[in-house]
Amino acid sequence: MRYDYHQFETRTPPELGGPGQAQDCYDVAIIGAGPVGLAAAIDLASHGIASVVLDDNNVVSVGSRAICWSKRTLEIFDRLGVGQRMLDKGVTWKVGRLFHGDDAVYSFDLLPEDGHKYPAFINLQQYYVEQYLVERAQQFPDLIDLRFRNKVADHTDHGEHVTLKVQADDGAYQLDTKYVLACDGAGSPTRRRMGLSFEGQTFEEHFLIIDVEMPESPFETETPERWFWFEPSFHPGQSALLHKQPDDIYRIDLQLGPGADPKVEATEEKVVPRLKAIVGDKPFTIDWMSVYKFRCAKLDRFVHGRVIFVGDSAHVVSPFGARGGNGGIQDVDNLCWKLASVLSGKASSTLLESYDAERLHGANENILNSSRATNFMTPKSPIEALFRNEVLRLARQDAFARRLINSGRLSVPCVLEGMALQTPGAGPVTSGTAAVDAPLADGWLLEKVQGQFTLIGFGDVALPVVDCARLGIAQQHSDYTCIEDPTGLALQRYGEGIAYLFRPDGHVAASFSHPSTEMVTRALRRAQGLSPEKEAAA
Amino acid sequence: MTEKQPLDGDAFYNALMEAHSGLSEAESHALNARLVLLLANEVGNLDVLTQILSCAGQD
Repeated sequence: MRYDYHQFETRTPPELGGPGQAQDCYDVAIIGAGPVGLAAAIDLASHGIASVVLDDNNVVSVGSRAICWSKRTLEIFDRLGVGQRMLDKGVTWKVGRLFHGDDAVYSFDLLPEDGHKYPAFINLQQYYVEQYLVERAQQFPDLIDLRFRNKVADHTDHGEHVTLKVQADDGAYQLDTKYVLACDGAGSPTRRRMGLSFEGQTFEEHFLIIDVEMPESPFETETPERWFWFEPSFHPGQSALLHKQPDDIYRIDLQLGPGADPKVEATEEKVVPRLKAIVGDKPFTIDWMSVYKFRCAKLDRFVHGRVIFVGDSAHVVSPFGARGGNGGIQDVDNLCWKLASVLSGKASSTLLESYDAERLHGANENILNSSRATNFMTPKSPIEALFRNEVLRLARQDAFARRLINSGRLSVPCVLEGMALQTPGAGPVTSGTAAVDAPLADGWLLEKVQGQFTLIGFGDVALPVVDCARLGIAQQHSDYTCIEDPTGLALQRYGEGIAYLFRPDGHVAASFSHPSTEMVTRALRRAQGLSPEKEAAA
Repeated sequence: MTEKQPLDGDAFYNALMEAHSGLSEAESHALNARLVLLLANEVGNLDVLTQILSCAGQD
């Protein structure tokens, strides 16, 4: 069953609707209504910040594109109100299986324990993700102004605000905004206009992506998995990847080598025999195909005055590891609470520097992992091919060699340990780590730790009075809410008698074995980019 | 082989490929030979080396 594309409604923007309708200066303008731009609008709205979203198009992603959404992304989307819907529609998986030739070499389990609301991964076509995000954004009519077919043609940063020149169906107009989020993708027109250097490694290999609709599964396992082949007999000398998506659609990704001609390869004539070699006589129809090359590159800085780059406009990676879309959503999660704090006057604009530092760290990690995976997959000399093949051969018996096989190191939450906003702590979950989920008597831990600064006490530890939300787990106190830990997993994961301060993005800011008001306040101020002591009132 | 302390496999593999980068086939062979000899010296135990030789020789 193919996705039914609808055009989003377009309206005349207030700037073209007659005098007195337009706003003098918006808080935030978001360029691009892909997963990153839409998630940013919803995240800002969740903090009470209004935004205008400008997109040159009026349909969701054409083609499935990003399909693998990580546990961390689902947890962030849970906070944004679309996580459960994505989980319900998506195909859940956690096992990756590797083949060399036609033999299974080994498999890895990305989430070998229970007690988490969300699985290691789901597969869900980008068009569904965008549809769900648009529908969620439409639930904030006072805070999110979605403007489809409004193309940003130019911008000028005046220091205190930015002027955008926009081309809509009804004509051209200008708007002023305090901040611009450039969520305009890998080819970011904003980045190009500013002439910013976007350097990195380009890979010469071509890859062919095909989405096929098949009523009968090509997998031999009951549950969907990620299957990856090095040099299978159906595709000699190259690699292949297979994923299941909802609606009986399967993603097949085939390495084509550097000499392939994209125009010739992306034709039914060439693709059908390739598919028949994989699925045999099982009936299929081709839903979408694309031939691509990729590179790993990033900006040197993501914050440029009042223009902030988020997602693919700031950094691109190869697709093996699912670090593009998932990295972009982690950008949003990191940025939006900070931008909301700055715009509401709770923090100074220097807090945005921590977005730059923390997400550059994340981008470097993603680029490192995806470059290494791509290098392993595409040996560039006979000696590289020799080592690769001997690793695959040894891996059949030796566990150590399995760790060397790299078909993509799949996206895990970025750890911000040792960075400026975090205070080193006493607990087993290190400061800077994204919250580790656990079941509670009333829902899930991740539902309690995100959205605002929250101090949580696990077991026998009393929480002092502080200027943030408080919650007790497996303890009894009368002046704040306490929840039971029926499975014991929350205490097991966080340690008995430890209090944790969580940031609004769910990362641990600090932990304490004997928290005092003063200690927590100091950590809280540090996490908001404020000076250690409150300045005396003038 | 038995597992010892965990190795950062990706970092090691990357460093190994970089060591070979730009070498001719003969130079790569020579590098590999030197690597085997240096690693044997690091292992420093004939029983273990004999076991490794046998392991690597299996087809």
